[in-house]
Amino acid sequence: MASLHDAVAALVRDGDSVAIEGFTHLICFAAGHEIIRQRRRDLTLIRLTPDVIYDQMIGAGVARKLVFSWLGNPGVGSLHAIRRVSEGPDPALELEEYSHYGMVGRYIAGATKLPFYPLRSYEGTDMPAANPHIRPMRSPYGDESVYVVPPINPDVTIVHAQRADAAGNTQVWGLVGAQKEAAFAADRVIVVVEELVDESVIRADPDRTVIPSVIVDAVVVEPYGAHPSFAQGHYDRDNTFYVEWDAVGRDAERTAAWLDEWVHGVADRAEYMERLGPVARERIRPTGPALAGPIDYGEYR
Amino acid sequence: MSEPAYTRSELMIAAAARELAHQRVCFVGIGLPNIAVNLALHTVAPDLELIYEAGAYGAQPARLPLSIGDPTIVTGALAVMSQNDLFGLYLQGGRVDVGFLGAAQIDRFGNINTTVIGDYASPRVRLPGSGGANEIAMHSRQVFVVMRQSKRSFVNEIDFCTSPGNSPGGRRGPSVVVTDLGVYHFDDDGQMRLDTMHPGTTLDDVHAAMEWDVHVSPGLTVTPPPSDEELRLMREVLDPEGRYIR
Repeated sequence: MASLHDAVAALVRDGDSVAIEGFTHLICFAAGHEIIRQRRRDLTLIRLTPDVIYDQMIGAGVARKLVFSWLGNPGVGSLHAIRRVSEGPDPALELEEYSHYGMVGRYIAGATKLPFYPLRSYEGTDMPAANPHIRPMRSPYGDESVYVVPPINPDVTIVHAQRADAAGNTQVWGLVGAQKEAAFAADRVIVVVEELVDESVIRADPDRTVIPSVIVDAVVVEPYGAHPSFAQGHYDRDNTFYVEWDAVGRDAERTAAWLDEWVHGVADRAEYMERLGPVARERIRPTGPALAGPIDYGEYR
Repeated sequence: MSEPAYTRSELMIAAAARELAHQRVCFVGIGLPNIAVNLALHTVAPDLELIYEAGAYGAQPARLPLSIGDPTIVTGALAVMSQNDLFGLYLQGGRVDVGFLGAAQIDRFGNINTTVIGDYASPRVRLPGSGGANEIAMHSRQVFVVMRQSKRSFVNEIDFCTSPGNSPGGRRGPSVVVTDLGVYHFDDDGQMRLDTMHPGTTLDDVHAAMEWDVHVSPGLTVTPPPSDEELRLMREVLDPEGRYIR
């Protein structure tokens, strides 16, 4: 167990490769903000969908490279802070891009210690020419050719989840993205959760566990840590925030002012949520519960 | 001439929805495709199962999601899937009948660019990239493209090929393209063919909004306008706030 400040201070270093995963769901904005606050530099950021969190982090200058598969503000448009450093002659940010399945394959190869991951993507496109790490390979069992992608092993993966026990046994429901693969691929893992629960709660429903404590280096409890993304059953996606970010991200000065106010200007997530205020909290409250029915695992003595 | 009783977007949505008749598993996009798929579910394709790229199968969204990642696609769905299951078991495994794609640029074969405008290493405009588009194009049985048409988007040569198009004798790219001017399918030589033009559109309008000399079906007809029932569903049920249909 640690505070987010202490976990990031101890486990995220300048020059590290860092994956904050979560496919639209459970994106750990709190950890991204803490990395900005601690002024990390020269990071390689890894994510299928960089999303607003990497727009903020890259706008804050923490990264030199981005490894990704879809670069946009979902449902809204572009990530303008990232575009500012990746367009025109000699872009400042290095980009390495795959398709979604290619990124998933890289995590799997990294997690399972394979030298590559094969997939039937890319044929007939310019993607292998743009990224020399995407390579064709002949099947050893026939005449077919497939493409392969290399393993990826982030120095640190940060996963947001609904709940974990104090040891870091972590449970997720709803969209699971590639959180598990990214965590197993990493050297160090930080788990940030909405709620700390007793180990008995985890043991009562082992099907929901995506990350076991054995690969976890720090457990942080940080309610609303995924805002403005969502945590199924806890709070809704703050679409208003995503829409409003468009104008902020478009303008370098407005981006810097936003970071000053909402990242450097608060000590932690609790203060951020306080500043966000009751209107936003109300906006992201689920309109009602939708409980799963109980299931019976049975007792076998 | 009087104003038609529907918008261009409503016409595009209705045209796309009708193309979905009797399909089973559809990989949904956001925006117009999302409404088209939900309209088809209420009309020509009642057995359609919706897959959202974020990882929900058999989704029944209770509201119109802004993005493909939204808790409403999970609550009440038949299944949630990891990205690995989604792209491996469902998509590459061949379980998806129809996928939707958008495009910044498209050529006569349906090759699609969603990566950059200009040179790759120093782009004029950096676009989102593939995401799942490359896999959707290659592995869905049919690929629907919904986009507005102009000389800048319907081009002889795309700046970057993100998702593959068709070739003579083989389909691996789009099968249907719905624009604000008409509906296209693909000929045996892999090239786009104009099959219907929207009411009020002329062939001159179509030619003025693309760089190449497009194949025109000998049986070219006019796209049927949205029916009263289709309009009612779009306006009262699927997009009551008019976010996408206006």
